Amino acid sequence: MVRLITHNLLACHVKGCDSNNFPLTFSDAEVEIRETEYNAEFLKGFFPKLEWKALVDSARQLGDVSLPETPPIDYDSNEEFLRALHHVLLEIHVQEGSMICPNCKHVYRIQSGIPNMLLAEHEVAGR
Amino acid sequence: MSRPEFEAPPEIYYGDEEAKKYTSNTRNQEIQAQMTDRALELLSLPPGPAMLLDIGCGSGLSGEILDEEGHVWVGVDIAPSMLEVALEREVEGDLFLQDIGQGFGFRPGSFDGAISISVLQWLCNADTTSPTSSPYARLTRFFTTLHASLSNGSKAVFQFYPQNDDQIQLIMGVALKAGFTGGLVVDYPNSKKAKKYFLCLFVGGSVPGKGRQQQ
Ligand SMILES: [Zn+2]
Repeated sequence: MVRLITHNLLACHVKGCDSNNFPLTFSDAEVEIRETEYNAEFLKGFFPKLEWKALVDSARQLGDVSLPETPPIDYDSNEEFLRALHHVLLEIHVQEGSMICPNCKHVYRIQSGIPNMLLAEHEVAGR
Repeated sequence: MSRPEFEAPPEIYYGDEEAKKYTSNTRNQEIQAQMTDRALELLSLPPGPAMLLDIGCGSGLSGEILDEEGHVWVGVDIAPSMLEVALEREVEGDLFLQDIGQGFGFRPGSFDGAISISVLQWLCNADTTSPTSSPYARLTRFFTTLHASLSNGSKAVFQFYPQNDDQIQLIMGVALKAGFTGGLVVDYPNSKKAKKYFLCLFVGGSVPGKGRQQQ
């Protein structure tokens, strides 16, 4: 399962690909919605980690337009907002498709919900 | 006693059959659960749900315990067969097919902590014909990118089976160079059978067993 919560943390890790490598662009994404328990406490704690614009853009790529361009100031007490955030972060599962790096164009294939993050030898950073 | 990491790389060793066998074995489940509980104890997370990374998540045996504790987790593993079993078991975490020796691409501060059960020793068994795949290069990429992806004040706890003292020194040395502090916790040091090694690493200079504020 690739959910937007994880996608929002993920940048490209190909050797030398250090800028404009986030967020990865979804391509041919097949989405499945799976309900999961709402946990406001988790969302409030996780919120500061989010890159908001990337989240909104990526959700729109997947056909969900429920999030506002900028988060409300009362984000930690606004239940309607938190419920929408819960759905976008934790209930939209990308099952098939790819994530493509906007910089180096590396394609991370997603099959049965599992993205292949393995790099070829020449893409691995040297030490 | 033959060690699985000497027989074949993990993605080969844990093929379809071995992955199912390993997961359905109740003794393995019990040991895995015990070690996960202990790792969580050593992780000493602040109260409340956290975002965690399970390094070498396998079929999700540890992940289930993280679920029960109310945490959200991401699991990475190099063995597709293990991940397939995890899918069949409908674990809650997001799963990644990943070679941890190639490093992570997670944004800085992504996770509130990391656990890893019986994985670290595999990292030291790489083929050494290429400079990018020596154990040192693999450990360096792993610890450097892991350190970056953990939030300040967080910890990473690894249960592992070191082959010898040299291997412990190598692992510790690379981890400290990557910016971690911390050390080794040995449970049941005098029991040959029950003895367990936990490498406990800290981000941001907190001290084992002490509060976050102390340096
Ligand atoms: Zn890239």
